[in-house]
Amino acid sequence: MTTSDDVEIPIATGDDVVRVRQATRTAAGAARLSLVDQTKVVTAASELARNTLVYGGGGEALVSQVTDERGRAGVRIVFRDEGPGIADVDLALTDGWTSGQGLGLGLTGARRLVDAFDLETAVGQGTTITVTKWRR
Amino acid sequence: MDRVPVLKIGDILLVSIQIDLQDQSVLALQEDLAERIVSTGARGVIIDITAVEIVDSFIGRMFATIASMSRLLDAETVVVGMRPAVAITLVELGLSLGGVRTALDLEKGLALLNADGVSQTARALRDIR
Amino acid sequence: MTQPGSAGQTRIAQLLTEHRDDVLGRWVAAVAGTVRGRITERELRHESEELYGLLVRQAADGPAGTAADELRSMLADLSRSRARQGFTPSETAVSVFALKQALFSLLEEKADVDADAKTYREFVLFSSVLDDLGLHTFETFAAAREQVIADQAESLLELSTPVVKLWDGIVAVPLIGTLDSARTQVVMESLLQTLVDTGSRYAVIDITGVAAVDTEVAQHLLKTVVAARLMGAECVISGIRPQIAHTIVTLGIEFADIVTKATLADALAHVLRQSGVQIISGGQA
Repeated sequence: MTTSDDVEIPIATGDDVVRVRQATRTAAGAARLSLVDQTKVVTAASELARNTLVYGGGGEALVSQVTDERGRAGVRIVFRDEGPGIADVDLALTDGWTSGQGLGLGLTGARRLVDAFDLETAVGQGTTITVTKWRR
Repeated sequence: MDRVPVLKIGDILLVSIQIDLQDQSVLALQEDLAERIVSTGARGVIIDITAVEIVDSFIGRMFATIASMSRLLDAETVVVGMRPAVAITLVELGLSLGGVRTALDLEKGLALLNADGVSQTARALRDIR
Repeated sequence: MTQPGSAGQTRIAQLLTEHRDDVLGRWVAAVAGTVRGRITERELRHESEELYGLLVRQAADGPAGTAADELRSMLADLSRSRARQGFTPSETAVSVFALKQALFSLLEEKADVDADAKTYREFVLFSSVLDDLGLHTFETFAAAREQVIADQAESLLELSTPVVKLWDGIVAVPLIGTLDSARTQVVMESLLQTLVDTGSRYAVIDITGVAAVDTEVAQHLLKTVVAARLMGAECVISGIRPQIAHTIVTLGIEFADIVTKATLADALAHVLRQSGVQIISGGQA
């Protein structure tokens, strides 16, 4: 269940990555996540937004506040790009593996910082990553 | 793009990050610092991140890069004021910032540079206190 | 809610609209009887009017209309706030169920004019809608109470884990009892915050009073030490009991370059030395 406060942010420049961070922080604050959890989900959003920009050739992020069936609040961010996709998902989710000049912590690190991490990708068609962080 | 100002106090360069850093600003800061260390002959660099709400792998890597770079140019780097939430997140992310020296606040960062004996300014500032 | 949306549904809607003030009055009176004194009459009236409006729309549109969603979300809000204010589940559900009584007594009185078999059938149908909504308040109420309990448990955690100052620039957390992952996390966060607040460079984590350590807890301890380092502070772990040392080794957890001491006193002596404090025996002075 999503609420009406969804924010959609196109990711085309470095400034957009900052915008995704800010929108995520606002949503995480509204969902009353603890300060540490807010910081974790914003950091994850920053990593994934950068991935969308650098590896996906740009795309968009959808930031929303969510509630689970038990009424627990959380924040969910969907990153979508129409880039080259990821050929070997298992490899991409291995610590230290990188296709670019990064540290290889983007995907795996982001996954450790959130409660739910879902990755859909098809070579030549793009990648969609959905992450959720719940209020503890 | 916002540029982060680099302040010079004696033989110390002080960088206080007050903005939400985007990647270009991070890269620009690295370049600016390298140039200023050479042109001023600075012996110490203090990066104050008290106001920084998140450090992701890109920003974290900048600290490591600046530290190794400044060491090559004969200056010590200290990162000061990291917030607990930021530190916890960095650990979870898997980033250890090996080789980067840290201190709780600006004052303790200066004390660290003084203890190393690298900076005349750090000693002078301590004597004033 | 999957009643067939018969056209007759509107008959109840009509009744509810025509006798609005009458039904509303009876309803508010019935609810006020059970929650007496804890909600003002005006507040209750306002709440009931809003609910009433939605119910009329729902009766007119059937369960598929937008009113149904609004109604459920308004009732959810109402149940949550009742749960926080300490009302019982019955006192909460009565907000919905009392309307049945009010409507039924009206039907009885107007039986000569309006009520026929068909109207009663509709009433039964409408009743089941109300029952559904009543159950919905129960569910939300229970969920809200669970949240209240969880919040209380969390604040208890914070109370049960003090960070104490040992010396200028040295703090300690004496951990006692069972360490689970959640508690360890809370302790560690408050320890790191105390380092900032007090400007302390050293922290001693004393686990003398801890019965057992599992992998997750050991990992949290390790992460805290690393996080403290990132902030510019050093942690010493003291009071590791033989069984715990055994567990840590068996689990294959690397404590690597973390300083560990047998007792809190040893740890204090170590950090005092580190911070340049000299201890001189009183007799020599």
